[in-house]
Amino acid sequence: MMQFYRSHILVCSGSNCSLRGSRAVREALVREVAAAGLAGEVKVVETGCFGLCEQGPTMIVYPEGVLYCKVTEADVSEIVRTHLLKGRRVERLLYQEPTVPKAIQLAPEVDYFKKQQRIVLKNCGTIDPESIDEYIANNGYEALGRAVTGMSPDQVIEEIKGSKLRGRGGAGFPTGLKWSSGRKAPGETKYIICNADEGEPGTSKDRLILEGDPHAVLEGMAIAGYAVGACQGFVYIRGEYVLAIERLQKAIDAAREYGLLGSGIFGSEFSFDIEIRTGAGAYVCGEETALIESMEGNRGEPRIKPPYPTDSGLWGCPTVVNNVETLANVPPIILNGAAWFAAIGSSNSPGTKVFTLSGDIVNKGLIEVPMGITLREIVYEIGGGIPGGRTFKMAQTGGTSGGCLPGTVLDVPLDADSLIPHGSGLGSGALLVMDDTHCVVDMAIAFARFFAHESCGKCTPCREGTPRFLEILQKIAAGQGRQEDLALLEELARVMLKAPLCPLGQTVPVPIMTTIRHFRAEYDAHINQKTCPTGVCQIGAPAVAD
Amino acid sequence: MTMINLTIDGKAVSVPKGTTILEAARQMGIHIPTLCHHPDQLVKAVCRVCVVEIEGQRTFQTACSYQVAEGMVVRTATPAIREARRMIVELILSRHPQDCLQCARNLNCELQTMAEQMGIREVRFDRKLRDLPVDESSPSIIRDPQKCILCRRCVEACHVVQSVGVLYPQHRGADSIVATPADLPLGSIDCTNCGQCIHACPVGAITEKDYTAEVYAAMADPTKHVVVQTAPAVRVAIGEPFGYEPGAVTTGKLAAALRRLGFDAVFDTDFTADLTILEEGHELIKRLTEGGILPMITSCSPGWIKFIEHNFPEELDHLSTCKSPQQMFGALAKTYYAQKMGIDPKNIYSVSVMPCTAKKFEITRPEMRDSGYQDVDAVLTTRELARMIRQAGIEFVELPDEEYDDPFGISTGAAVIFGATGGVMEAALRTAYEVVTKKALPDLNFRAVRGMASIKEAEVDLDGIVVRVAVAHGLANARKVMEDVATGRSKYHFIEVMACPGGCIGGGGQPIPTTNEIRQKRIKGIYQADEGLPIRKSHENPAIAKLYEDFLGHPLGERSHHLLHTHYTKRGK
Repeated sequence: MMQFYRSHILVCSGSNCSLRGSRAVREALVREVAAAGLAGEVKVVETGCFGLCEQGPTMIVYPEGVLYCKVTEADVSEIVRTHLLKGRRVERLLYQEPTVPKAIQLAPEVDYFKKQQRIVLKNCGTIDPESIDEYIANNGYEALGRAVTGMSPDQVIEEIKGSKLRGRGGAGFPTGLKWSSGRKAPGETKYIICNADEGEPGTSKDRLILEGDPHAVLEGMAIAGYAVGACQGFVYIRGEYVLAIERLQKAIDAAREYGLLGSGIFGSEFSFDIEIRTGAGAYVCGEETALIESMEGNRGEPRIKPPYPTDSGLWGCPTVVNNVETLANVPPIILNGAAWFAAIGSSNSPGTKVFTLSGDIVNKGLIEVPMGITLREIVYEIGGGIPGGRTFKMAQTGGTSGGCLPGTVLDVPLDADSLIPHGSGLGSGALLVMDDTHCVVDMAIAFARFFAHESCGKCTPCREGTPRFLEILQKIAAGQGRQEDLALLEELARVMLKAPLCPLGQTVPVPIMTTIRHFRAEYDAHINQKTCPTGVCQIGAPAVAD
Repeated sequence: MTMINLTIDGKAVSVPKGTTILEAARQMGIHIPTLCHHPDQLVKAVCRVCVVEIEGQRTFQTACSYQVAEGMVVRTATPAIREARRMIVELILSRHPQDCLQCARNLNCELQTMAEQMGIREVRFDRKLRDLPVDESSPSIIRDPQKCILCRRCVEACHVVQSVGVLYPQHRGADSIVATPADLPLGSIDCTNCGQCIHACPVGAITEKDYTAEVYAAMADPTKHVVVQTAPAVRVAIGEPFGYEPGAVTTGKLAAALRRLGFDAVFDTDFTADLTILEEGHELIKRLTEGGILPMITSCSPGWIKFIEHNFPEELDHLSTCKSPQQMFGALAKTYYAQKMGIDPKNIYSVSVMPCTAKKFEITRPEMRDSGYQDVDAVLTTRELARMIRQAGIEFVELPDEEYDDPFGISTGAAVIFGATGGVMEAALRTAYEVVTKKALPDLNFRAVRGMASIKEAEVDLDGIVVRVAVAHGLANARKVMEDVATGRSKYHFIEVMACPGGCIGGGGQPIPTTNEIRQKRIKGIYQADEGLPIRKSHENPAIAKLYEDFLGHPLGERSHHLLHTHYTKRGK
């Protein structure tokens, strides 16, 4: 029986707030509410990520929508006494807008939320992710029902094609096209894999989506299974994503119990089930063929393409591999129609994009914005600008595999293709902002070290070339570089862009070479004047390769 | 057959669907360099040396893996491609010792050839070798991980061809190596010493253990009487390093070369191959007629023996108890021959020239000392012998044809075919048929058991006893046959197994390269040699008859049992 509460307190329990102690806060809240005799009037709800991770632990008190930030266990009794009993807000815990010096009372008024458009994150932070009833109450599984009872698989694929949805994992491949390849591929047994490996440094969107709204992803997978002709799905997820795995398993169990997974879904002939497979953390296993190798129990290494997974994937069967965010977009497209989705954002890559903001930015966290937004809007309006009075130097889009963009690119509308002329792309939606204290050579070393660590070692150029990037950059940072080294770096980059076996190797030059392209003068200073303009590099120190 | 039209380097070409760019280009006479590509192996596309440009594609594609498509426009030698290939080879060289002059593969190395063809005169990266020791633990095979270029051809040979699986890629990125489980010494694990990894290796990372120094020392020792035996498969391959076509039969020159090198007596393992047939043939007849354990499985191939000891330790009773021809020879050299010649057996140094690396292990087995001494003292592979011939300044091509010495010099066609897959089976059937039926075989040639097909079967009617036989070569095929034996489903009476693809002619000690095409040619040479011999059945070898008369008594007799038969060890994994 539904019970009526006068107030709901939504406590974020995403990984970031959890790390900052949100569980203790929530438990204290439940205790204090009961102690104040309010148990029948106030409900404490554990939700997924609000997005405002830097401000965590966060909570919103409804019906007013008051946002409290950086709440500690010690603050709880004050919230109960002042807000819940006396109806007054706890001013000191209100969100402080970074641009305008004023305390913001209500969540919807926060600039951070105002510019956002939430499709994928619609339920994140508003429902209890462990309650299938709350998901269903918010139109959950309606799209699946419509698809399997009222649409043919081809109609579903046409709808996805018409929406122009493109993969949100980084490559931006048209989802409808992928599904139709999987559907056309001959074979009795086919698979859907949700790629939740999310290895790109600075990206945590998939984790927070899975933590905040696991059913949306399961529903997207089931719809994909219906469209492609698969009756088994797998979620390949990083082993470190403990909370997401736990919620996902609960969601799978609940969906099975409700008959939303299993045989004869919605009384149709369609059967679909989902299992979880955990990864051991290799970056390359985010690449779909390496992911499949890993699932088969082999060394995580990419396969030669073609054949593509849609023809020969898991155990040789046609397999569609989609990113978490891509799949979470599927139910709303089926519910609202392709035209609705295609009208959002930019025309060649419609919809929204979930970004993870990190680095030298006030509001680190998770946001969802329409495609076509500019970097400036994200950094300065949503992100609250650069902290500490520093100035913007560059932003790396797409994670470590993306390019570093200077201030001149701040006004380019962001979509799947617009950054290509500038040497980058949206990738998985990581956004690392760097202020003027950072040295580009030092940053390039960090990128090269990452790739040297993550190269799987299968193909020659990536295995042997990647450490050479690191070695040469370390020489330059130590003031031992020559212009010939830069020329060799450029030659190596030309080869690495085109010769390696998989996108990992082909990506290595991208971040590194954008630092040279956009900040050449800084390299020249290291090489010609033997100085590091930012003072980061230890000129004269031995160039110890690691 | 669907034909695909495409353009490579501006020239139109039409090739069957499914052809790779590499194959299409080779048909047109366009050479695209490769390292990880091997004609007998699956596509790996890991070295990336064969990259080409395909119009409309963002990245290069590897010619070895990419199949042609209608209207495709391919360029194989643009400046960008040349730059990429050169860079890749430079990167490989920067991790390689480049000690070519001291390397066993000098002048026969795919990396060296490639660097020469590309005209690489400088490597612009600092030399960074893997700090890993050479593994010399195996009596057969040496692995030098510093030289490894990670092409993974040995991995496929070990896993796919041999189903042994002791070599595989480990660690990641620049730390990647091909190594054994837990990096255990090769000599301490279930490696079969077959040496197929040596043939797979494009460089000198895997080589045979060289015993030429020990043999030179014995020949220089005036107290030693140094005898040598040569395996059947050596005679169709030893010519290759000296410019002969694979399969050219150079038995006479082989004997002449050994004599010039200074061996005191030059014998033929073929003699004891005939002896093996007499013993093994009678063993089979005994098992068939007296209800022994069947199927009986041959025991000549030491790589196979170690494989079954590790992988099917419960099935060892299926093995024939006969020693291999090499070991029968060894036991006789230090007993029968020593007596006959009046030489103290402790002064006999017994050398064998084998197509095989596993033979180097076999001589060290504790069971192989029935003469009271280690029966065989040193094994040289065909390659090591070729090196000795070169070092001695012997012009192999100019040598006259000479005969083997008595008393182990006379042999039959049945013995020479031991060198090819199916040969032991065929030789045994030639004898068993005539011994059992007391009738002459109408046709000596059991063609059903010959050739490179993976598992061959035949049925032979021995006057009412129908004998079902099978022949497997390559250990992956042997495993398939053994899985049926182990589960009791095997329908055969007699199975021949050779560890190496093609049999001994494809052994791990044979000249490099050894490919399936070359194996076929050597097999042809083996059957030519068989047909060229006056006697083609082991039981008709007069020298064998004399040996039984003078020394052994009769097949499976007491002396045979002591000197020519052995037992096996349950090793497990």
